Amino acid sequence: MTDAVHDRILANPKFVRLARERTRLAALLSAAVLAAYYGFMMVVAFQPGWLAQPLAESGVTPLGVPVGAAIVIGAWALTGIYIYRANTRFDALNAELLEEHAR
Amino acid sequence: MSRRFDPRAAAAALLAPTAAPALAAGEVQRQPLNVDAIVMFLVFVCITLGITYWAASRTRSAKDFYTAGGGITGFQNGLAIAGDYMSAATLLGLSGMVFARGFDGFIYTVGFFVGWPVIMFLMAERLRNLGKYTFADIASYRLQQTPIRSLAAAGTLAVVAFYLIVQMVGAGKLIQLLFGLDYLWAVVLVGVIMVVYVTFGGMLATTWVQIIKAVLLLGAGTFMLLMALPRFGFSFETVAAQAVEVHKMGDELMAPGALLADPVSAISLSLGLVFGLAGLPHIMMRFFTVTNAREARKSVFYATGFIGYFFLVVCMLGLIAITVVGTDPQFLTPDGKGLRGGENMAAMHLARAVGGDLFLGFISAVAFATILAVVAGLALAGASAVSHDLYACVFKRGCADEGAEMRVSRIATLVIGVVAIVLGILFENQNIAFMTALTFGVAASSNFPVLILSMYWRGMTTRGALAGGLAGLVSAVGFVVLGPTVWVKVLGHAQALFPYDQPALFSMPLAFLTIVVVSKLDRSAQAGRERAAFGEQYVRAQTGLGAEAATAH
Repeated sequence: MTDAVHDRILANPKFVRLARERTRLAALLSAAVLAAYYGFMMVVAFQPGWLAQPLAESGVTPLGVPVGAAIVIGAWALTGIYIYRANTRFDALNAELLEEHAR
Repeated sequence: MSRRFDPRAAAAALLAPTAAPALAAGEVQRQPLNVDAIVMFLVFVCITLGITYWAASRTRSAKDFYTAGGGITGFQNGLAIAGDYMSAATLLGLSGMVFARGFDGFIYTVGFFVGWPVIMFLMAERLRNLGKYTFADIASYRLQQTPIRSLAAAGTLAVVAFYLIVQMVGAGKLIQLLFGLDYLWAVVLVGVIMVVYVTFGGMLATTWVQIIKAVLLLGAGTFMLLMALPRFGFSFETVAAQAVEVHKMGDELMAPGALLADPVSAISLSLGLVFGLAGLPHIMMRFFTVTNAREARKSVFYATGFIGYFFLVVCMLGLIAITVVGTDPQFLTPDGKGLRGGENMAAMHLARAVGGDLFLGFISAVAFATILAVVAGLALAGASAVSHDLYACVFKRGCADEGAEMRVSRIATLVIGVVAIVLGILFENQNIAFMTALTFGVAASSNFPVLILSMYWRGMTTRGALAGGLAGLVSAVGFVVLGPTVWVKVLGHAQALFPYDQPALFSMPLAFLTIVVVSKLDRSAQAGRERAAFGEQYVRAQTGLGAEAATAH
C-alpha cells in the first residue's frame, strides 16, 4: 500500500462522493437520534406535564410512554435505514472505487 | 434502600446498566440455599467451560486470542454486544427502578439505549477498518505510539478496574440473595471462572459465553412477560391502571418526577451514558472480531434491536411487578413496606410469582451467568491493553514475539483476576454507587474524545491527544472524588467541593477543548507529519483498503 495509491483515491471524485454522502447521512441520523433524545430530556426537565397527560380521557397511560417507546424503536429503525443505504449505495460505490485502484 | 424519593440516589443507583450498583448499596440478608439455581448455574458453567475447551484448541495466534480470528459474523457479534451490555443489573436494576419510581425508571432506560445508534452511525465501520486488537490501535494510528498507547491503556485499565469492582461486589451480593451462598464464594468463583474463560479460550470463548448468556436473558425476559401478560388481558392500559391503583405514588407513578429536581445532574448523567458507551474498551474491542465493516455495522443493528427490545421488556416487567409482586405479602418485608431483598429483587419475585421456584432458579442462574460473561469481556479488554498496547507496542516498540505477547496477555489476565478478587473483597461493605459514575465518566471524557477525534479531525496531534486525554481522565476522576457521594458520604467531609455526582457534562468538554487548543498550538515538525498522515488513514477508514483481514480455520 503506497502513498501514491491513497493520494489517487483521495483525488478520485467517486471517493469524494462516497465520503461526502456517507458522512452526511451518518451526521443527519446521529443528529436525529440525539435531538429526539435530548428534546425528550428537555421536556422531562422543563415541561413534564406535557408527557404526563393521559392518552385517553379515562385512562392512565400517559403520552410519555408511547413517546419514549417511539424514541427507542425509531432510533433502531434509523440504524436500519443506514444499513439499507450502506448496502445498496455505499458498498457498491466502494467496490467500484477499490476495483478501479486495484489495477 | 430507602423508599423515600431521592432523585440523586436514583440517578446514582441506575447509572450503569451493566452494573449492579444498587445491589451493593445496602445490607443484604443471606437467603436459604437455592439448590435449583445452583444446579442450573453449574450446568451453564459446564457448558461454557466445554466451549472454552473447544475454543482453546482454536486459539493459536495473537489474532485468535484478541479477536477470535476476526471471523465472527455480524449476527453473532450483535448478540455478543447485546450480551456485553445487558446484564444482571439491567434486568434487576431497571425493573427495580420502574417498580419503585414508575415513569422515571423508563426515562433512565431510554438514556441507556440511545448511545447505540450513534455508535453505529459514527464509529462502527471506521473502527473495523482501522483497528486491529484494541481501540488504541485507532487512537495511535498516525500519532506517536508510546504516549498515545500508554494513555489509552491507562483509560482502559481505569474503566476495567472501576467496572470490575461494581461487577464483583454485585456478584457477591447477588449470590447471597439468589443462591444463599457466601459473599466470598461468589467473588472467588467469578474471578476463577473469568480467568479460565479468557486465558484458555480468549475472545472466541468470551464471545460464545456472551452469545449464550444474551439468548438466555432475552428468552427468560420474554417468557416472564408472556406468563404475566394474560393476567392483564395483554393490555398495557390495564397494567398501568392497576399499578397506579396500588402504588404509593398514585397518579405520580406515570409522570416524570426525579429529573425536575436536578436537570444538570440528569444531563451530565445522560452525556456520560451516551458517549461513555462509545469509550468502553470491551465494547470497542468487539468490533475487531467481525470479518469487515459491513459485518460491523450489521452487528450494531442486531445489538441495538436486541438491547432496545430487552429494555422495553424489562420496563414492562417492572410495571407488572408493582401489581403482582408489590401486593403479595410473601414478597414483602414483615412490615409490608418494602420488598424482601430490596427493590432490585422485583424481577426475581416476579419470576417466582409467574413461573414458580424452578423458573426463579433459572432466572437466578441466568443473572449470575450474566455477571460472569461481563467480567470475562472486561478482563480480556484489560489484558489486551497490557499485552498489546503496553508490552508489545510500548515496551518492545512493536517488535514483540507473538508467543511472548500471548504469554504476557495470559499472565495479565491472571493478575487482573487476582486483583478483581481482592478488590471485590475490599469493597464488600463500601458504598460503590460512585464506581459507575467513574467508569462512564472516564470512558466519556478520556477514551471517547481521543478516539473520535483521531478518526474525524485531521488537526489532532500527539501532544493534543495526550493533554486532552489526561485532562479528561484526571478531571472525571477528580470531580467524582470531590462530589457529594465520595467527598461527603464516603470520606466524611462536611461539604462537597464539586456539586454534582456526574462528571461528564464538565469533564468531557474540558477534554475536547484541551485537545483542540493544544493541537492548534502544536507547531512541531512531528505534528505536521501527523496531520499529513490523516489522508491515508481517512482512505482506509472510508474504504477498508488495507484493513485487517479475517483468518480462516
